[in-house]
Amino acid sequence: MAMTRREFLRNGAGAFTIGLAAPAFLAELARAQGAGSRSLVVLYFGGGNDALSTLVPYTDTFYYSRRPTIAIPAGDALQIGFDRGKTALGLHPRLTGLRAIFDDGRLGIIQRTGYENSSRSHFLGQDIWGSANPVNPQTNGWLGRYLDTLPSPVNPLVAWDALREVPRALMGDHVSVPAIALASAYTYASPNAGTEAALERSYTQRIASHVPADRPHLAFVNGSIDAAMNTLDKVALVTKYESSLTYPTSGLGVTMKTVAGAIAKGVGTKVFWVQLGGFDTHASETTAYPKLMTELNDAVSAFYSDLRSQGLLNQVLLMTFSEFGRRAYENGSVGCDHGAAGLMFVMGGAVRGGLYGTAASLNPDPKNPTLENSGGDVHYETDFRSVYARVADGWLGTDSTALLGGDFRRPDLAFI
Amino acid sequence: MAGFDESIRHLLRRAGFGASPQELAYYGELGRPAAVEALVDYGQFDDDVDAFIGAPGYVSVTARGTFAPNTVINDARQRWLFRMVHSARPLEEKMTLFWHNHFATAYSKVAGAYGASDATRLMAAKASEDPAKQQGQVETIRKMCMGSFRDLVIAMAKDPAMLVWLDGRFNTRQKPQENFGRELMELFSMGVGFYTESDVYAAARVFTGWNLKRTAAGTGDLSPVYEFAYNAASHETSAKTFSFPVYADGSRTIPSRSAADGMQDGIDLITGVVSYPATARRLVTRLWNCFVSELNPPPEAFVNEIADAYLANNYDLRLVMRRLLRSADFRDEANYFTKYSWPAEFVARSLKEVGWAGFSVNDAVSQMVNMGQVLYEPPDVAGWEQGPGWVSTGGMLARLNFAAQISKAQVTGLVNAVKPYAKTPDAVLSYFLDRLTPSPYDNAAYGDLRSYLTASGAWTGSDTQLRTKVPGLVHLIVGSGEYLFV
Repeated sequence: MAMTRREFLRNGAGAFTIGLAAPAFLAELARAQGAGSRSLVVLYFGGGNDALSTLVPYTDTFYYSRRPTIAIPAGDALQIGFDRGKTALGLHPRLTGLRAIFDDGRLGIIQRTGYENSSRSHFLGQDIWGSANPVNPQTNGWLGRYLDTLPSPVNPLVAWDALREVPRALMGDHVSVPAIALASAYTYASPNAGTEAALERSYTQRIASHVPADRPHLAFVNGSIDAAMNTLDKVALVTKYESSLTYPTSGLGVTMKTVAGAIAKGVGTKVFWVQLGGFDTHASETTAYPKLMTELNDAVSAFYSDLRSQGLLNQVLLMTFSEFGRRAYENGSVGCDHGAAGLMFVMGGAVRGGLYGTAASLNPDPKNPTLENSGGDVHYETDFRSVYARVADGWLGTDSTALLGGDFRRPDLAFI
Repeated sequence: MAGFDESIRHLLRRAGFGASPQELAYYGELGRPAAVEALVDYGQFDDDVDAFIGAPGYVSVTARGTFAPNTVINDARQRWLFRMVHSARPLEEKMTLFWHNHFATAYSKVAGAYGASDATRLMAAKASEDPAKQQGQVETIRKMCMGSFRDLVIAMAKDPAMLVWLDGRFNTRQKPQENFGRELMELFSMGVGFYTESDVYAAARVFTGWNLKRTAAGTGDLSPVYEFAYNAASHETSAKTFSFPVYADGSRTIPSRSAADGMQDGIDLITGVVSYPATARRLVTRLWNCFVSELNPPPEAFVNEIADAYLANNYDLRLVMRRLLRSADFRDEANYFTKYSWPAEFVARSLKEVGWAGFSVNDAVSQMVNMGQVLYEPPDVAGWEQGPGWVSTGGMLARLNFAAQISKAQVTGLVNAVKPYAKTPDAVLSYFLDRLTPSPYDNAAYGDLRSYLTASGAWTGSDTQLRTKVPGLVHLIVGSGEYLFV
């Protein structure tokens, strides 16, 4: 692979570390360089992901007896080996690309993530995961608090929310996160053209630049308009991103391509927030879930390959979560109801892949310690804040104990 | 326009979608107390707004082929926006929107079950226009939005789209399904903190057998009928005990009943939750946030008074709304402009204030996607994230871009209207601030608007200058933070 000096500088030394026996100093260089331009991509599975369909304990006979119609057949699960509790596990059959990343050693799967007294409410659950505060969840988000620690002036694109509204996790006191659901629609229109249009744009920003102290709500709205004006040009740059890879045309595919574009164009975004919705599978799960897994797999695989081919993989950590897992047993509508613990994926060039934690036994015996709610729901093993703590300490470079208001560090959770 | 009490504009922004000059004149002549009565007691006005779709002088719609608001969801969205702009019963539309958000049901899941055409029928069809007299959920809401809340909840529990949306159709005694029972308590009535997980399981059992029936006249029937059907064989007949009183005598247990009589379980539970004091207080607070203020919390006395009135009058929503709109708190100027407008409010109001000539609400439907509100498609069962939740960079750009679109479309009308004031830039600015009714600008922002008018050359008031600066100014005002508040 020939590379000009300019490309070397642009892509970074990381370009050499993949698939080649790169000299050690280059690998170190790549890592050090990455520290300044690292991105965290949070991918939220909206609706409560049925983790028992994502990661299948295909030798647990209770899995099949309690889920007679929705269980993934043992022969279909993509076997990935055993966890440290000796449970054999397999990925959902549609996750072929994720399995390949797992085989690359760049996908970590953290089992039974959750918290004590897990809320079965979507909305309370989202707030708890967003604030990282089960006791007082109506507070700023854990990532918003992180962004608040960054020194001023903060890049207006320091965080990129790919939804239309800003989730609690990104709410902070000082940094307002742009919501860029569709980069191609993130533009400024004018009834006029040419210099008059440019003049209007500058006046939109001038008017929004006022932050009246006695009208904090107006200051907040104006702050959003101002942030929009400050991010327009960088987002326009990202929309020009051309990938050598073909991304799927699904919603998540388009979004992941945009995220890759922002990373490749170096716009300085440290946190991306992406959502895949539709996980509230009370019914018809056997139809809906494979589609979700396909959308997930195809988009994330393309993203991974795209970044890898550009040598950008070491700059990215992708982390997934959902507000809860689902019930251990199915309901009468080929689905399952709200449950407790779920699972989290972590993926990236710096990730130490593999299975973390242990699977639940689905034995309905009420005394089964891996379940709760009379054997109905999976009981958590890893507090989700321990995962956040590792991300904070090991990737964002911020003190997790301050960020999370407590010590959730777990030395065995060294996925990064 | 000038001369009318600002309280009339405030009333129409809240109890309606702002005011066109004609509406302002009409309600202004009535005066505030009579205007409140006209808005609340809207049965005195004809329910004929749909007849004007496509008529000259009204905002237009765009159809692909035949305009089909009962079977094509995009057309249903256009029809609803048309009503928000033109209905003689603005509070009816406002309440319908309020309850659509409260019982937030999304078209897409229904379409997944029964296809696009039937899903539109189940969400939006007018019975009078449907071959099988199917009535969509939002039409049911429209008919019941000012009646008894108990009746409304029962209607929603039996609504075919709701039975699909929250999976009630799968709720059987063999496998109780919790989705509806949970949201009935969490979102439709009392709210988190007033029920337990075991109440959720009990509520699921209560509604076992509440199903829907689809009847087609044959394979070629394009308009099958969907209706509520209680399936006694699926009902779980044992007693159900709750952590809160279900009955007026304080009893917490719904007694064991025969399967044939089991539908009464659901009626009893709904009656129990709608009469629960926490439900009354939560409803009043939600109405306060939508109609009075999101920035100022409701005074305790206000909540008590309206909640008591709700409980003492068979959950009568018209009475509740009349009290609310007549209250001193509603009239208090401290509550003017203390609500973040919903995208639907923003769109309808700006069309009324800027003008709609030659404009199609279809363009609003597409911009509302980026503003974060697609009618008939709330993001989840909790409805839209309101207040500051509407505000994001992308959402603000979408509002700005909509303002650009309508100001461009109205250049000629706006220029003609302002010509009498075109001598000075101050008069032009003053005219538009009066016409567009934004919340007050501070001196600095006012100075910016003023300086925009002369930033590219001295003021002449020529047609050429007006045709550039007038739409630019309207764009800046309607796209500003000051205009977002209602």
